[in-house]
Amino acid sequence: MFGWEFPPINSGGLGTACYGLTKALNKENVDITFVVPQGEQSNSSSHLNLLALNKLEDDSTYKSIKIKKIASILKPYISSQDYKRIKRKGDHFSTLYGNNLHEEVQRYAEITKKIAEQSNCDVIHAHDWLTFPAAIKAKEETNKPLVVHIHATEFDRTADHPDQIIYDIEKEGMKRADKIIAVSNFTKQKIIEHYGIPADKIAVVHNAVEHKSRIHNIHNIHKKSHEKIVLFLGRLTVQKGADYFLYAAEKVLKINPNVLFVIAGSGDMESQIIEKAAELNIANKVVFTGFLTGKDVDKMYSLADLYVMPSVSEPFGITTLEALSNDTPVLISKQSGVSEVLHHALKVDFWDINQMANKILAVLQYPELYYNLKINGKKEVIRFNWQIPAGKCIDIYKDLIELHKLKNEQKTIKIKKSNHNSNCINKKNKSKRG
Amino acid sequence: MVNICMYFQVHQPFRLRNYTVFDIGNNSIYFDAKKNEEICRKVANKCYLPANKIILDLIKQTNGRFRAAFSISGCALEQFHLYSPEVIQSFRELAKTGCVEFLSETYYHSLAYLHSKEEFVKQIDIHKNAMLKIFGHCPKIFRNTELIFNNELAKFIESLGYTAILAEGADHILNGRSPNFICSANYNDTDNNNTNFSNKIKVLLKNYKLSDDIAFRFSNREWKEWPLTAEKYASWINNINGNGEVINLFMDYETFGEHQWESTGIFEFLKQMPIEILKHPDNSFMLPSEIAAKHEIKDTIDVHNFISWADIERDLSAWLGNQIQRSAFHELYQLEKEIIATNDKRLIHEWRKLQTSDHFYYMCTKWFEDGDVHKYFNPYESPYDAFITFMNILKDIKIRIRKANENNLREKDINENKKNIDESEENNKEIII
Repeated sequence: MFGWEFPPINSGGLGTACYGLTKALNKENVDITFVVPQGEQSNSSSHLNLLALNKLEDDSTYKSIKIKKIASILKPYISSQDYKRIKRKGDHFSTLYGNNLHEEVQRYAEITKKIAEQSNCDVIHAHDWLTFPAAIKAKEETNKPLVVHIHATEFDRTADHPDQIIYDIEKEGMKRADKIIAVSNFTKQKIIEHYGIPADKIAVVHNAVEHKSRIHNIHNIHKKSHEKIVLFLGRLTVQKGADYFLYAAEKVLKINPNVLFVIAGSGDMESQIIEKAAELNIANKVVFTGFLTGKDVDKMYSLADLYVMPSVSEPFGITTLEALSNDTPVLISKQSGVSEVLHHALKVDFWDINQMANKILAVLQYPELYYNLKINGKKEVIRFNWQIPAGKCIDIYKDLIELHKLKNEQKTIKIKKSNHNSNCINKKNKSKRG
Repeated sequence: MVNICMYFQVHQPFRLRNYTVFDIGNNSIYFDAKKNEEICRKVANKCYLPANKIILDLIKQTNGRFRAAFSISGCALEQFHLYSPEVIQSFRELAKTGCVEFLSETYYHSLAYLHSKEEFVKQIDIHKNAMLKIFGHCPKIFRNTELIFNNELAKFIESLGYTAILAEGADHILNGRSPNFICSANYNDTDNNNTNFSNKIKVLLKNYKLSDDIAFRFSNREWKEWPLTAEKYASWINNINGNGEVINLFMDYETFGEHQWESTGIFEFLKQMPIEILKHPDNSFMLPSEIAAKHEIKDTIDVHNFISWADIERDLSAWLGNQIQRSAFHELYQLEKEIIATNDKRLIHEWRKLQTSDHFYYMCTKWFEDGDVHKYFNPYESPYDAFITFMNILKDIKIRIRKANENNLREKDINENKKNIDESEENNKEIII
């Protein structure tokens, strides 16, 4: 399995999804070799990585997940510009890594194919574009079926301004795959429309959430009793719609000033968002926490009276499930995969800031609404269990392995047939001769 | 002898428009005229007009041996008047045959009884007057919104002078007994100065099995009786002969052409079923008032908790089952005294249109995930949206109440000032004289 990131080093839903899925697959006795790039940046916090690895190795539940890390400055959610920037920063590595994003991805692919050879796998499963060239190489090397799992397309990440290099890599991966997994019908539709892939090649497998037994020491959390908290948690990129969150916040505050808007996350739009808050004159009512990890995330969710996911284009939206799992009601963008499968949530079009503000105000004002959303949402989210998507993946693997066997058998039959034919010809020739 | 009593409910709510917090105090247009018009016309064409025609033909064809009752809510009537007046005309034609009876209900198809008897009675009177004015017909039989019923309600309706009331033949009330006999409800009748047992209000119980065979199961291909033919249905009716006196078939009129589409053959069924039933000499159709006049009470039902004809539970949970529904209900009705005091007719009318039970039904969260009948007839994407819209509107209503009271006070002041001025002028005059 090829991924970009794996907890605790992760910056988005992709890492969370890979973690949940592999853990659930492992429970079903699937052996996994998980290949991730290990960046220079995470080298500085290598103790965390090592820790994670040790932890995984010690924990018997993960005994058949092997993590393979490949040195590369590739990092999740990277763009061509990001790559140039990172490369410039660490110029002493310049001979080691590719000249541009494309080259680096190809270089990475060359290295990883060796792992594929050694691992003796039955299926290759790759998560999102960064891993596709590596996965394609692995497929060529091992002649094993390839599954590409689309957690987000370039169109989602860039709000319809795709980077050509990344788009090409995505499309190639989808073309060369034996099966594509999309995290929602919303994403499936994008794949059909933008990448010209036939619908029957795509299976939809919705994500799930890990239900930890969360014990919060709520009493330790100090929150002004009259102030309500509305939370945004996600990367500060154009995809996640933090700007719409601010526009709605402005409208809310005009009617109810006792609300604190918390923005948790970092990203290329961070300074822009901070400036926007100032420009809207609500800076004193908006708190930026930066990027949160681990327990802080759960703590933040449970502090909030409402979690808002205003994404412009969200293939799934695991954070929604995490919020509900932490007993926090959610207001989500209709432009998301999770809104296909989640009922007990408020939903809005991301651009409809009036409705967004309207619904935020209602949750803060009517305790009955808050409780109903919270309790029913929690009941519903319990059913989103990683074993379900894992089961679907296993079915897909089985079909592919079966098909692969048949193909190989046919090939051998063909070879035998052609051998047989040539024998016949020889015989005929012989008989002619005779 | 079996008497078959058919009653059809005709109702359309005034659906609300997408009213946000930013409309409060700025805009008091609550109802979605466009959507209501669209739905009203659609249902008129798909259901009311073709079904009325079939019923009229049946009455003529059978020389009045086929007959049926309707209960038409005021909200539906108003919308017909606005958007499809031809529907009212076609009901008038039915009324002229004398083979059709109109029942009494709350004009606003409301849950008012659950909050205030005073408000409840007012709405019944408004409806009664509308029936008199439009059809020249004074309803004598009562049916409460969604067949909501209990002992106390029966007693109260009796005190209003009705001879019969309709109710759901719910299993947990009947405990294995037949719904096909006239019942009375178990209440102490001395308050109504009615000591004679036989004068108690008669309860007509819906035979839900035979009713729902048409209303819900007719087009269900998974059902082992599918396809349901008129002959088969008539044979079920004939089988009851000897085991019952009255078969009450109660259903939404929208069953014909709207819930069950024309392509399912529902109209053909409606045309043939009465003819098939009438082939048996012991069967006859009767109106609820005829049933009440002819049949004696044979049994008593004891209903403490409210029953209704909704969902499997047959209780109030479709409208008041969760916290948001109860909260919206409470907020709405706690305005009663203040809003009546404003004497603002338009404001009161709009407040009453918000009482229509459908608004609470839309907020129902049970079965929400299964996408069943609640969702199909729901103009909202979610029950939470229904709640938010409704509560926003109540906020605006509150502002209007306050303004109306201020105006009333000001007018009172002006009048008093005027009076004082007039009086002082009079005094002046006297002085001059």
